[in-house]
Amino acid sequence: MHLIDIEVGKWVKVIGFEGGAKFQDRLLQHGLYPGDVTRILRKAPLKGPLLVEVSRRELALGREVARKILVEDIV
Amino acid sequence: MRFALVGRPNCGKSTLFNQVAGYKAETGNFHGTTVTFTESKVRVAGEIIQIVDLPGTYTLQGSNPAEAVTKEYLASNDVDVIINVADASHLAQSLELTLELLGVNRPLILAMNMMDEALRLGLSVDGPGLEKKLGIKVLPLIASKGRGVKHLFLASLELARLQPSYGARFNVCEDDAMARHKMGQQLADEFIKAGTRHLTWRDRLDDILLHPLWGYGTLLLILLAFFQAVYGIGRLIEPPLLAIFDKLIVTVTGPLGPNTIWGALVNGILQGVTAGIAIVLPYLLPFLLGLGLLEDIGYLPRIAFLMDALMHRIGLHGKAIVPFILGYGCNVPAVMSTRTLEEPRDRFIAAALATLVPCAARLAVVFGLVAFYLGPLPALGLYVFNLFVIAITGRVLTGLLPEDVPGLILEMPPYRIPTLKAVFNKAWFRIREFVVEAWPTLIAGSGILALLSYFNLAVYLNYLIRPFTWVLGLPAAVGVPLIFGILRKELSLVMLGQALGTMNFSSAMTPVQLFTFTVFVMFYVPCVATLIMLKKELGTKGMLWITALTVIVALIAGLAARAVAMIIF
Repeated sequence: MHLIDIEVGKWVKVIGFEGGAKFQDRLLQHGLYPGDVTRILRKAPLKGPLLVEVSRRELALGREVARKILVEDIV
Repeated sequence: MRFALVGRPNCGKSTLFNQVAGYKAETGNFHGTTVTFTESKVRVAGEIIQIVDLPGTYTLQGSNPAEAVTKEYLASNDVDVIINVADASHLAQSLELTLELLGVNRPLILAMNMMDEALRLGLSVDGPGLEKKLGIKVLPLIASKGRGVKHLFLASLELARLQPSYGARFNVCEDDAMARHKMGQQLADEFIKAGTRHLTWRDRLDDILLHPLWGYGTLLLILLAFFQAVYGIGRLIEPPLLAIFDKLIVTVTGPLGPNTIWGALVNGILQGVTAGIAIVLPYLLPFLLGLGLLEDIGYLPRIAFLMDALMHRIGLHGKAIVPFILGYGCNVPAVMSTRTLEEPRDRFIAAALATLVPCAARLAVVFGLVAFYLGPLPALGLYVFNLFVIAITGRVLTGLLPEDVPGLILEMPPYRIPTLKAVFNKAWFRIREFVVEAWPTLIAGSGILALLSYFNLAVYLNYLIRPFTWVLGLPAAVGVPLIFGILRKELSLVMLGQALGTMNFSSAMTPVQLFTFTVFVMFYVPCVATLIMLKKELGTKGMLWITALTVIVALIAGLAARAVAMIIF
């Protein structure tokens, strides 16, 4: 599953990133790590970015970014 | 003795710096406002201390220019104490950098900033516990209110004098980011107790401001109110100010005689002084005040969020909206702000497009020529046309320079109530940059120009630019105003009267010519101050490419405008 497919408000766990090393680095730098629990707070219209919550902070992620973030359900 | 302030973006380093050093660094509720370091000397307990405000960085192994600056500085300079400014309301993330700094063998002190914000979130921080665990001093701080500042610096001074050993420090052998992230989380869990979070208006605000519908409505209203206020204030101040200076020029140059070399020179210089004041005070000052307000509230990242989808259509992402908004005031800070973009490609495209945005000076040309002689509707049309040209140029550049790292990743800070002092100081800081860097060029250029026309040399410049004016069907005489417009854009308007020999431009130029001329002025070669900034940000090659690009765009847009104008007028 990718973050882009998750409905708003549902908590999921990040398990990994697709894409190049540079892309992964950038996510890590902004404090999004595999193992983190996250949820989508809102989606901007017209294929705009997602606003996600991770460790009490809010991050805006472009859709093409969210398409490359692998997540799983929290059991 | 030297203290370095290090911390994540938007943690309040610059706010702290400004508290002790007077206003020298730019602050803003936007990630990465500080992109180069700022130094200042302050006196603490009788000792002179050099304080360095380093750009916000997530890690010491970072890749963007702002992060490289921090890393280089810590590696190359003698820093007696590193003051690590942490955001207490987001301690887990802040501690990741702290863990990295523990590995740098320098005295280290941890300042837990934004304690008020943490309290608002219902967090209670066990400072002494953390202090014991990390083996470094941990102090509370509310930099925006100046609380804890004095204590922090006294403690740093003491630390510098003691020169403690690093043996007692918490040991992180892990050199990888993932391990530090986990450790930061663990430490935060251990030393922070989460209480109940008090939901306030700030938490609710995004429900409206980022709403798929109301969000855009309010964005439009806010920007409209913003520009309306800027131009409203500008129009109020400019005419009386100009009247005063015109009178002054007449009084001063009168005794010298208008046809003597001294009279011409003094007149030219005073014109330059006047142009600077007429542009800076009435328009740039309210613009910068308003921008500072939006910035400190934390609205700019919201604009980036809302505009991301649209910006993608011209090959950039939401973060690049900031240079565009700044560009309407002045292209210089616009080009400067491209530093916050990570990719060199994004920086180049954003800078190139930002120079096409009509700044306040070009607004003067649009108002002075098109709005005055042809009416407000064609002037408004020009602004729409401008956006259209920027979009097409963006598309072309994106086709030429494909994107390799996708998308927007941007921290959304909480809303903060700005302090008036900070907003005023910030505007003053930016104004000073204009006064020091651009104004002298303007005055000198104006003086040179006066001499050129006194010796009747200016006409030769017309030949130089004749190919362009000929293609666009403009009178040869506008060559001089165009060339000098590169010094400062409004000179293209100011000098037009001199060049055409009349102040009634409509008698010397047809409506089609006025319109075409304005369009050309809107796009061709950025002003000298912008060119200097382009060179600084992108290197000589980048500057030359953008200059060439603007000439091509100006020519094509000018021809298109000429064709359209011939039909309309």
